[in-house]
Amino acid sequence: MTMTDQTSIASTGPAAAADALVIRDLDLAYRVRGKDRQVLRGVSLRIGRGEAYGLVGESGCGKSTAALAAVRYLPRNGRVRSGSILVDGRDLFKLGGADLRHLRANTVSMVYQDPGRALNPSIRVGRQVAEIFVLKGMPQAEAFRRAAEMLRRVQIADPTSVMERYPHQLSGGMQQRVAIAMALSINPRLLILDEPTTGLDATVEAEVLDLVAKLRGEYETSVLFISHNLAVIARMCDRVGVLYAGTLVEEGTTAEVFANPRHPYTVGLLRCLPRRGRRKDHGRLDTIPGFLPTPGAVIPGCVFAERCGLATDRCHQEAPPLHDLGGRSSRCHYHEKASELPRTTPPDLSAQAVVSREGQPVLRVEKLNKSFGTAQHLVQALRDVSLELWPGETLGLVGESGSGKTTFARVLMGLTGPDAGATLELDGKPLAGRVKERTNEALKSLQIVFQNPDSALNRSHTIRRLIDRSLRKLTNLPSAARLDRLIALTRAVRLADRYLAARPRQLSGGLKQRVAIARAFAGDPRIVVCDEPTSALDVSVQAAILNLLAELQSERKVSYVFISHDLGTVRYLSDRIAVLYLGRLMEIGPAERVFSGPHHPYTEALLSAVPTIDGTAPERVRLKGEIPSAINPPSGCVFHTRCPRQLGEVCRSQEPPLLPGAEPGHFIRCHIPVTGLAVDRRELKSAQGAAE
Amino acid sequence: MSTPQMDMAEARKADSLKSARYERLRLLARSWTFMAGLIIVLFWVGCALFGSALVPQDPFNGDLLNTLAAPSADNWFGTDQLGRDVFSRVIVGARDILTVAPLATILGTILGTTLGLITGYFRGLVDESVSRVIDAILALPLVIIALMALVALGTSNTTVVIVIGVFFAPIVARTVRSAVLSERELDYVAAAQLRGENAFYIMFAEILPNVIPPILVESTVRLGYAIFTVATLSFIGFGIQPPSPDWGLAVSESYGLINGGYWWTVMFDACAIASLVVGVNLVADGIQGALES
Amino acid sequence: MSFSGLLLKRLLLSVVTLWLLSLIVFAGAQLLPGDVGRAILGPLADARAVANLNHQLGADRPLVVQYLDWIGHFVIGDMSMSYTFRSPVAPFIINAMLNSLKLAAVAFALVVPLGIGGGVWAALHVGRPLDRLISVIGLSATVLPEFVTGIVLIMIFGVWLDWLPITATAPADADPLTQIYYLLLPSLPLVFVLFGYIARMARAGTIEALDADYTRTAVLKGLPRRTVLWRHVLRNALLPTITVIATQMGYLIGGLVVVEVLFHYEGIGSLIYIAARGKDFPMLEAGILSIGIVYTFATLAADLLYSALNPRIRFGAVE
Repeated sequence: MTMTDQTSIASTGPAAAADALVIRDLDLAYRVRGKDRQVLRGVSLRIGRGEAYGLVGESGCGKSTAALAAVRYLPRNGRVRSGSILVDGRDLFKLGGADLRHLRANTVSMVYQDPGRALNPSIRVGRQVAEIFVLKGMPQAEAFRRAAEMLRRVQIADPTSVMERYPHQLSGGMQQRVAIAMALSINPRLLILDEPTTGLDATVEAEVLDLVAKLRGEYETSVLFISHNLAVIARMCDRVGVLYAGTLVEEGTTAEVFANPRHPYTVGLLRCLPRRGRRKDHGRLDTIPGFLPTPGAVIPGCVFAERCGLATDRCHQEAPPLHDLGGRSSRCHYHEKASELPRTTPPDLSAQAVVSREGQPVLRVEKLNKSFGTAQHLVQALRDVSLELWPGETLGLVGESGSGKTTFARVLMGLTGPDAGATLELDGKPLAGRVKERTNEALKSLQIVFQNPDSALNRSHTIRRLIDRSLRKLTNLPSAARLDRLIALTRAVRLADRYLAARPRQLSGGLKQRVAIARAFAGDPRIVVCDEPTSALDVSVQAAILNLLAELQSERKVSYVFISHDLGTVRYLSDRIAVLYLGRLMEIGPAERVFSGPHHPYTEALLSAVPTIDGTAPERVRLKGEIPSAINPPSGCVFHTRCPRQLGEVCRSQEPPLLPGAEPGHFIRCHIPVTGLAVDRRELKSAQGAAE
Repeated sequence: MSTPQMDMAEARKADSLKSARYERLRLLARSWTFMAGLIIVLFWVGCALFGSALVPQDPFNGDLLNTLAAPSADNWFGTDQLGRDVFSRVIVGARDILTVAPLATILGTILGTTLGLITGYFRGLVDESVSRVIDAILALPLVIIALMALVALGTSNTTVVIVIGVFFAPIVARTVRSAVLSERELDYVAAAQLRGENAFYIMFAEILPNVIPPILVESTVRLGYAIFTVATLSFIGFGIQPPSPDWGLAVSESYGLINGGYWWTVMFDACAIASLVVGVNLVADGIQGALES
Repeated sequence: MSFSGLLLKRLLLSVVTLWLLSLIVFAGAQLLPGDVGRAILGPLADARAVANLNHQLGADRPLVVQYLDWIGHFVIGDMSMSYTFRSPVAPFIINAMLNSLKLAAVAFALVVPLGIGGGVWAALHVGRPLDRLISVIGLSATVLPEFVTGIVLIMIFGVWLDWLPITATAPADADPLTQIYYLLLPSLPLVFVLFGYIARMARAGTIEALDADYTRTAVLKGLPRRTVLWRHVLRNALLPTITVIATQMGYLIGGLVVVEVLFHYEGIGSLIYIAARGKDFPMLEAGILSIGIVYTFATLAADLLYSALNPRIRFGAVE
């Protein structure tokens, strides 16, 4: 219920239909240790009624701050220096306490990352949803009824039992649905979503996004969608704004901006992404040189000039205005030439695939099982996994939570021992199950790069010590030779010498990960396990690391086990791919084959869940239900409970064997033969439909 | 994943490129509670070291013709029941407590850190059983355990140091253990194991440097409690022994005189104790604040 | 693990802890260089007299037998005979325990609301002068030894102002209100010591809850500030404080020795003190073990209360 207000502005339509959100020249800073650090500079945007607007940028660009500003929930040291925000025509900063609460209770809602933390752990879910209705003056019973109705709308099957539970008893996807239910129950004018699916599994993410898209249609709510993931924005939003260092550098419809970007930053960002079908031997990914400016830095000219390949003196001195390009805008002096941005990294084909399949595989794993827990509560994290890895090859390992891919990495590294009966062979020689029992040769041949460099590098040691220690333990070199080796390693990972004396906290995420890679390569390993090595990094930095890994592989013929939930990067780097579900190997084969099909029904669903920038995703395969718990896995084929191609009794009772797929080296664990899997789902459905 | 905390974190990183240690020291210097505490502690340390050379009168031998004199120009804090100048006794009284308490703290910290590292790193049966024993010991307050031990061992400065030090070890061990447990989850420990490092190296060269901040905070807090305990034990006769001018002891010798109105025999010693413990704890609090930011 | 399973496990653990404690107490007494008889009669006594006394006291039997004998009797309530008073120890202990519990109750009744209130208030004004004030006061008060505060309070309120009595023991047939009146002054040193710690925990817990995501959700729902505080923040903020309050028992009991001696109160603290001074080992051992029992059960109760109130523990994890 909007209240007319003197300060409401007339937008493009009649006065009654005020824009959902108008931000005008917003300048926002945080006061840190007595000094103002500017986070948003002159940001202006407008979201009309029923529109979905995406705000995209890397970490530290200020997008979350913008979101919180729009609900006026800034931390104590947040300061609005100038500018205004109008929500549904009302000036946000002029509202008194009661009016602000009224606005929050009726007009604006927010859903953000990590739904587990967004819900109060000590209050039952039902009560948390119902209290919104109680606030409107409804009696308890009525409020609970409405709450149950709302939960049904977000596709929660059994609302009354869910309402009885506490948040920690629900899965991540379920928690986020509850949060969405709470947000939409007030039928808001504006719904703000701040990275709502980051951290959720791919299939769950797809479900949540589907839900948001559907509800948006039903409620006619305007949406402000904030994410670092360009593909998700492309999927969900009509228009997009690109934020860099607190400044809006480009704006327009998603289709136009992503197909034909008009700002060097957007161009660079899009080039960093491994696009559909690109692989490491097609050429390197482009990167954006330099680092984000430190917030609060006073930048006279264009904020992006430091890192821009097109920058001239004018760019460094004169801040560009927002050029209106008719329906879109760009903050660049040379916006017409944006697509001519020179590449930072030459696209040369030095990263040739170097797999050699003669002789013996560098790694052989047979009948690997791993269980945790006691006899009563046995969790089988890995079951009967067998695979091979050849020299120079990258094996991509994909799966969602509970798939066992992290456990696999740990067992491979020897950090935890496999169950009895497993065979592990490194270069033909048996590999001990535990690290302590492994030979020195094995230790230096099998190394790992962890996901989080903050955790993987000892923060009390200098970079030099971190790498040198590995050299000392993994090689027998005398100290002079070791020093040479150290320098060679830092050169190989493009780490400047001046960082050697620094400590990890002084380096950015990308640099720290380079150190971790240098350390892994200290002993000239045969295999390096990469456990989500780029997940914690920004898009522009990811590309550099992927390039580095590809390069090192082609130089040294090292093999990778590449674990990631990001199918784009897996596809870019991998020669072969293995798909895990609840600890079982569902499919394994050459990367292109696994991606293009025919493939396992789970793989099919997984691939359809991943949004792409150009919007050319295959038809969405919707999986029923949630990922089952590993404590009580389904009988027969573990995927049968959610499988859209389920055959019936045979799938429920018998676990399928690995059957040959579409080419040699391709295997699929499914009762349906590969010829059946090749049949398009749509034809299958219509055939079924006709039969009924 | 982006939050305003991240935007602020980037802002803070800009600062960390300068020396972080320098920043922390500046932060400490600006905290007036820390400085106040530091001044008090330094004052008493000075008294402990140089007091006996600088006091106006003999703290041990009194003028028996001038007992229980009220504070005056001759005796700034008056005299006690044996005619001893209270001011001089208060100044020199700092010495014993500032010897016994820090020594006990150091002993406790070293023992406790080692114990905490071992139980935190190895976990399993060793950790479980040691933790049970520690819980049992800590079920009793220090004063009472100390009482029991000192009855058995006899009371002297040395036994007090040992008893308090040994009792502190499990408390320090607990804090160290929980810090070690969270460090252990970090990947650099796994990375070290994957290099073939032995347990000793991992505990002392990898993990220990990262748990020093909590150890530092804990030991300064322990120092406060050590002073507290030594004073209390002296008060009930199981701490520092006569004829030391120790404050707790002086209070126990004279507190019956309060009723008669001879407040100066007790008040100044009590205030001395109060100021020292408060000072030490303000310093501890300041250090904790600086290390947390 | 189910909740009742949890209960059982904790109970078992407490029993084990108590058993270990009894071993430690017993071993502590055996630390003596020499033996019990010698310790009582002194270094100058005749060897035969010492041997006789040892035999009388049963101190010449094997240690294991002595231990089993002692603990066996203790469990059924027989705490053997006091050396000093030449009469059963048990009644002394029980009487003293009751007295101490009264004193402790008064102290807790004062400090829990003050501490929690102060801590929460400081958290609501975090960073501002009021917060700093409460924090510094709390910090300083905690570290003052009880005899220091006790004596200063006696001097001010007992002697100079004469508002409160300086002994803790009310006349024999006094009604509860008068008893409380007498216990007021002695409880204050204990209140001082405990206040800081409780206030600190409450403050930290409240700050953490205020910064949490779920508080943000509650505020963004448009709920009034008071509702957010009472319904969403406090129940999460104060949960950890509950465990802390119980563990404060330990500090409380330590303080009892001093306070009871200072105020001439016949509680367990002064009983232990007298036993220690008089080398009355049966009394000393029984007293210490009794304190251990009370403390262990207090912690157990707090632990269970926390588990019952924390939905994560009570209801276990994901479906």
